[in-house]
Amino acid sequence: MRKSVLLALALAALGTLLLSLGSAQNKQPIIGLITKTESNPFFVKMKEGAQQAATRLGAKLLSGAGKTDGDNAGQVAALENMVAAGAQTILITPSDSKAIVPAIQKARAAGVMVIALDSPTEPASAVDALFATNNYQAGVLIGQYAKAAMAGKPVKIATLDLFPGQPVGIARHNGFLAGFGVAGITDKTAQQATAPQVVCSQDTFGDQAKGQTAMENCLQKDPGINLVYTINEPAAAGAYQALKAAGKEKDVLIVSVDGGCAGVRNVKAGIIGATSQQYPLKMAELGVEAGVNYAKTGKKVSGYTDTGVTLITDKALPGVNSKDTAFGLANCWGQ
Amino acid sequence: MQPNLGQTQPAGAPPVGRSRETSLKPRPVLEARGLVKTYGHVTALDGTDFELREGEILAVIGDNGAGKSTLIKALSGALIPDKGEIFLDGKPVHFRSPHEARQHGIETVYQDLAVAPAMTITENLFLGREIFRPGFLGRFFRLLDKKKMLEEAVRHMQSLKIGLRSMSQAVEDLSGGQRQGVAVARSAAFARHVVIMDEPTAALGVKEGNMVLELIRRVRERGLPVIIISHNMPHVFEIADRIHIQRLGKRAAVVNPHKISMSDTVAIMTGAMEPKDIPPEALAH
Amino acid sequence: MSEQPSVKTKNLLGRLPSLTVLGPFVALILAIIFFSVQSDRFLSGPNFSLILQQVMVVGVLAIGQTLVILTGGIDLSVGFVMALGTMVMTKFAVELGLPPLLAVLCGVAVTTAFGLLNGLLITRIKLPPFIVTLGTMNIAFALTQIYSKAQTVTGLPDLLLFWGNTFKLGGTVITYGVVLMIVLYLLVWFVLSETAPGRHLYAVGNNPEAARLMGIPTRRVLLLTYTIAGFFYGIAGWLLVSRTSVGDPNAGQTENLETITAVVLGGTSLFGGRGMVLGTLLGAIIVGVFRNGLTLTGVSSVYQVLITGILVILAVTADQLSKRRG
Repeated sequence: MRKSVLLALALAALGTLLLSLGSAQNKQPIIGLITKTESNPFFVKMKEGAQQAATRLGAKLLSGAGKTDGDNAGQVAALENMVAAGAQTILITPSDSKAIVPAIQKARAAGVMVIALDSPTEPASAVDALFATNNYQAGVLIGQYAKAAMAGKPVKIATLDLFPGQPVGIARHNGFLAGFGVAGITDKTAQQATAPQVVCSQDTFGDQAKGQTAMENCLQKDPGINLVYTINEPAAAGAYQALKAAGKEKDVLIVSVDGGCAGVRNVKAGIIGATSQQYPLKMAELGVEAGVNYAKTGKKVSGYTDTGVTLITDKALPGVNSKDTAFGLANCWGQ
Repeated sequence: MQPNLGQTQPAGAPPVGRSRETSLKPRPVLEARGLVKTYGHVTALDGTDFELREGEILAVIGDNGAGKSTLIKALSGALIPDKGEIFLDGKPVHFRSPHEARQHGIETVYQDLAVAPAMTITENLFLGREIFRPGFLGRFFRLLDKKKMLEEAVRHMQSLKIGLRSMSQAVEDLSGGQRQGVAVARSAAFARHVVIMDEPTAALGVKEGNMVLELIRRVRERGLPVIIISHNMPHVFEIADRIHIQRLGKRAAVVNPHKISMSDTVAIMTGAMEPKDIPPEALAH
Repeated sequence: MSEQPSVKTKNLLGRLPSLTVLGPFVALILAIIFFSVQSDRFLSGPNFSLILQQVMVVGVLAIGQTLVILTGGIDLSVGFVMALGTMVMTKFAVELGLPPLLAVLCGVAVTTAFGLLNGLLITRIKLPPFIVTLGTMNIAFALTQIYSKAQTVTGLPDLLLFWGNTFKLGGTVITYGVVLMIVLYLLVWFVLSETAPGRHLYAVGNNPEAARLMGIPTRRVLLLTYTIAGFFYGIAGWLLVSRTSVGDPNAGQTENLETITAVVLGGTSLFGGRGMVLGTLLGAIIVGVFRNGLTLTGVSSVYQVLITGILVILAVTADQLSKRRG
């Protein structure tokens, strides 16, 4: 290589190094947010909340996501890119709670603080902190509500779940049964629990059409089902379709979890009896605040912070705390 | 296009009233003069002449690179020569595609047979040339007249004495020789002037190879002249009426297999022997 | 050329319907018998009507997939293109206020256009179908998310729900959509076996070079196949909207694999040129029967997935064995 070219390259490299040192002095906190997908309104709200908090606190927000629910590779790539881009804190809703752990460990080894939002990792200690809904508690609330609503009538329960092995799905399902009064279940129960009143359990993948099919088949198995637990509000909407086609929509109580605006509207319309509302915006806000704090003071957060869950229903029952759909619509996510 | 079932005029019979001189040489059905084809620096055809006479089986032989396949492609419409002329029944023709050559009544049996293995014999026979139901159903919806196609298929096979129990068998269930029979029958059914066969016995064993040779003879008996490209000298000598030897992009000679030895023919093909050294009685120009 | 003795025995074996045709049918009968024994709520008119309803969207999608696979291709964009079609249909009707029929036509036009796009990329640019449809699948998915802003559309006019209407046959309630599915299958089966374009499609899949040499316009056949498949995805979208009463932007994510499963279970070869479209209907019904039957007998959903996987392996193995015999 010619000497003059070599010299020019050396000067350019030195210049870049000096510049980067300079910019390192000017430390705008860089925070990364990696959600499961770009499109789910839950994560859209989370990103909104993160952006608002970042703007308010003068931080820079990088965002990324997997392509679909369960796309671990996409999240790993986003994680690596953000670490390379200089993010000091990364907030992540893990698609695969186990598979993401090695990538998180690499990031933490490089000094990055990693906070899980909404879903825990396995093991939970793989991240610095978790800001999430207590999904078990979300289930308990609707379980308690259902118990009060059914008021000692004989019940036949159908559970429309997520898919096998998913911690959020298991937590909500078990919480519901525990809240309903089934003995022997705690938030530490690792497997999806069963109970004699549960006559049918099928997976929906959180999808409306699959929820409809699952409900139809459960009704076919036992037409006497009068209480339906659903993993989320799209599955609940599908269940309602099936019940309506069978002429049973007035006789069956559907409960759900999520608190998205569309879901709360369904509560208002009487399609869903009660839903546990969760707060993705709050998760993101707390995450950004923690990230800015770490960048400024070097102090990390740790442990689990419950971002809260509220029971939303228009048919309040004694002994069960709830808020109405007006509150729900004011605090919902999505459109 | 409806298939024919044989001409009424026996091949080679001199018409009444012609002088004895001109009736000695049979008419050329397919003729080419001065064909040239180059690919960049490579000259595949360097002024090739060609003549196929009525009612004959003409074998085209030549070493690799002699221009054998290029010649056949030009005659069957698969490529357009740079220079030269082709005549069919005395009239000049310019084929721009194999389809056009087919429309003029020249059919080709390809080396890999060009059959759809999972489809039946009948379907393969009429592939691309199906018979439709009469009237609106056939014209607009292109509804097939399966009964008629089956009848015709049976008739074709019988006229060529090909024995197959069921026309509804898939072609892939047939033996190699039977499959060749189907491909030959297809060409013979639709050809009006010429049938070209590319290496018809190449993939076959002794017994089936002989069966195919017999089949080719029957095609000739139907009044269709046949061009055969082959590397198999014993088969060539057994079946051909004349042999066109292609060498270095030109027609080196046309010989009579009954009057020349196989080794001499191969020698001309490879250049070991000069065409001028061929004894005159062995020539068949 | 005389008949060889071995051809005679081949004919005898050949008279038995091939394993790939018989296989799915036998599997279905066995499954029905098994579940009837396990649950007394299985063998009934209403339950079968229910299964057919659950199967009708994938069923119609799989018609398009069958046509594509018969030509030796594959279409991964199936469900995502359908979802885009449903968003167009529902949003045009509800938000733009278009007359419902026009909205439906627009939705079907969009899916057909995607089919045309697939066909053009495959025939003009000569890209492999797997790659092309992988790309258009992502494009369709992104367009659906962007256009819908991830919001479900509700409050649909009656025409969009048309195929959910029912009538009574004996004591059983039958959905219009199921009838449409069956009619479409019979129509496509007829065209494939009794018309020249149908046979040309098989020829192109079985030996495209032979088809070309025999004067069949192979590029036109492929282009038409993918375009017509796109049309069927639009119809399936209309059926989905009728069934769920919403326009769901997250629909269609697993349908590409579900249609391929139905096609394979129905005995059509993934290499092209072999198979019957009616087999696909059987394949789709088999999946529906297992899903319904296993729910009725209280078996967890994960076993449905396991059994589907085993059935697919069995189907492909049966196809291979029947070819070796012949």
